[in-house]
Amino acid sequence: MKDQIFPWLILFLPLVACAIITLFTLRHKTLSSLISIGAVVAGFVLTVLFIGANGFHPALSEISRSWLEIGSLKVDLGVKLDPLSLMMLLIVTGVGGAIHIYSFGYMHEDKGMARFFAFLSLFTFSMLGIVLANNFLQMFIFWELVGVSSYLLIGFWFEKPSAGDAAKKAFITNRLGDFGFLLGILMVWGLLGSLNFGELQGMLNVNPSLLGGCATAAGLLIFCGAVGKSAQFPLHVWLADAMEGPTPVSALIHAATMVAAGVYMLCRIFFLLNVDALHVISYVGGFTALLAALIAVQQNDIKRILAYSTLSQLGYMVMAVGLAGETPAMFHLTTHAFFKALLFLGAGSVIHALHEEQDIWKMGALKKKMPITFWTFLVGTLALSGVPPFSGFYSKDSILGQALEQKNYLLFAVGAGVAGLTTFYMFRLFFVAFLGNARSEKAKHAHESPAVMTWPLLVLSVFAVAGGVIGINAIYDSQFAPDLAPVTLSQRLVEPFAHSPAGAVIGLAMVLVGLFGAFALYRDAAEDPLPARLGGLATAMKNRFYFDEIYEATFIRAHDFIAAVCGFIDRWLLEGFVLGTIRGGTSLTGRSLRLFQTGNLQTYAFLLVLGVAVLLYFVLGK
Amino acid sequence: MHVGLEQYLTVSFLLFALGLLGVIMRRNLLVIYMSLELMLNATNLALVSFSRFNDKLDGQVVVFFIITVAAAEVAVGLALIVALYRKRQTVHVEDLTSMKL
Repeated sequence: MKDQIFPWLILFLPLVACAIITLFTLRHKTLSSLISIGAVVAGFVLTVLFIGANGFHPALSEISRSWLEIGSLKVDLGVKLDPLSLMMLLIVTGVGGAIHIYSFGYMHEDKGMARFFAFLSLFTFSMLGIVLANNFLQMFIFWELVGVSSYLLIGFWFEKPSAGDAAKKAFITNRLGDFGFLLGILMVWGLLGSLNFGELQGMLNVNPSLLGGCATAAGLLIFCGAVGKSAQFPLHVWLADAMEGPTPVSALIHAATMVAAGVYMLCRIFFLLNVDALHVISYVGGFTALLAALIAVQQNDIKRILAYSTLSQLGYMVMAVGLAGETPAMFHLTTHAFFKALLFLGAGSVIHALHEEQDIWKMGALKKKMPITFWTFLVGTLALSGVPPFSGFYSKDSILGQALEQKNYLLFAVGAGVAGLTTFYMFRLFFVAFLGNARSEKAKHAHESPAVMTWPLLVLSVFAVAGGVIGINAIYDSQFAPDLAPVTLSQRLVEPFAHSPAGAVIGLAMVLVGLFGAFALYRDAAEDPLPARLGGLATAMKNRFYFDEIYEATFIRAHDFIAAVCGFIDRWLLEGFVLGTIRGGTSLTGRSLRLFQTGNLQTYAFLLVLGVAVLLYFVLGK
Repeated sequence: MHVGLEQYLTVSFLLFALGLLGVIMRRNLLVIYMSLELMLNATNLALVSFSRFNDKLDGQVVVFFIITVAAAEVAVGLALIVALYRKRQTVHVEDLTSMKL
């Protein structure tokens, strides 16, 4: 079957593009960007062709080549093709493609545009590697590559110190999580002797207690990877700072794809997680969702609001995984990729039009000046808020339904509350940034972005509207719950109400509460009325509940202290020893040997004879 | 008195030691040079006597080589000493310590 080659092409085209740009075309921005866009769009076309020819359940679900063997460790380089990975391929290449095209307009005046597209291609390659990986080690390698490309892209404007700091923060925080991930992988390998997902799943299906007492630990260690990459509490601090990167990067990496990798990974290795681990996962997710939603309420930077909203939605997804709902999690991941990419790109369009202004209180009255951005942003906001029939409603409701099904009413309440908060802060953003009066000179002179930036917005908004009813969840269900009966489009439209009416109604009620709250407070607000009403709570929200400060005071201080101790040992003890004995000894020996170097020929002759005599004594004398 | 290998070697050793003493003790480069020749000839004497007492000609052949080489070496060495004297106006080893750091 010749389309076996397609997955490999999809995977390696962006890498080739990155290599070509870096090696040859770094001076030609348009050519470089076209190569990069071409690679990802070709990837998308190939994905569509492959799915068209083979469906979501290809006969050959795994292609792998042996990569290396060390003793009993066998590592394959392979691709896994099932509904989960194929849908993710569509998201990464599809949403990624739209963002690549958008970047062509957004980055056009940046002198580092070629470099930007090289990084973007590198990122796409790494992300596709995670999606297609058929074993833990391959996934881990691409996992790290994603971290590296994220680092490069956040720090893209490296001449700004804040961007450099944010890049380092993101990378180091991710590394913390990845350390746990690696330990988890080692644990699984040590206990089960295999790294291949299929083999592991087979083993655990036969004998679920194979991991024994380590099952919870292994599951939680692997979850650490997702905590880092998907920015869950307590490693959530990097995501908001990551907004220092260019806006398309925020859309692609820190909203649509990379941060979703953690959730994707959890679904991929779901069979490894036992009840206890799932419990922890669901509460971490729920807590993150609530925390981030509260923080988002009092942010004023348009990208930061979206960043915290991403955090909150990721919390939703992780909570869904923890509630044993892979389909809701992946469903929400997919719709979220559409509408969050849309929102970020819309925000980028606004920022671009207002000459890098990101404070929503300096925007306003953009409806007439930027109609396409306005309407698509509204679509994104409605979808994210979960207003039917937009996509977010269906996916969010499936998560709430899952919580009810598991009889976890606490997490259901958290989910419903977060839904209300989400609507509140999103409409706060919307009312303040787009309606009302123009609050700055820049906002008065805004203009619509070029077509290359608005077209991706339009395409994404189509999916943000329709993503909930085109059967994405059915595709995931065909993998996670194959015995469910297929439903028609009209059934899907009302599915949430049929499936769990209580969840849908409560969720909708919360959305309405949030909407009216935002309407009442922010419709014509000239400044934020909340700090006056909430007092200290609002300040805490605005300061992100002081997490950065707490980390600064505890972990970073402790780290600095340890570093100082190590520095002391190195500088005074080790270096003292080295300087004192080794260097000092050498010096002393040198000085004393110098005494023999008189320059007098006869001394040398005498010493030579003496040496010969000693040698002769040892050779002949004994 | 019977003169055997032992006596020859003793003379050779004494000559060698005298030469060595000259090399180490004397200050004049020319005299040192002569002492070196003395050491060479002490060696020659030892080689010849070994050759004689072992009824083999190898030692004699080696001595011929040494004499030839020594002749050449004397020519070169004396030329060097003359050149040195012209440059420094001295052939005393104490004055020739520019090798010292």
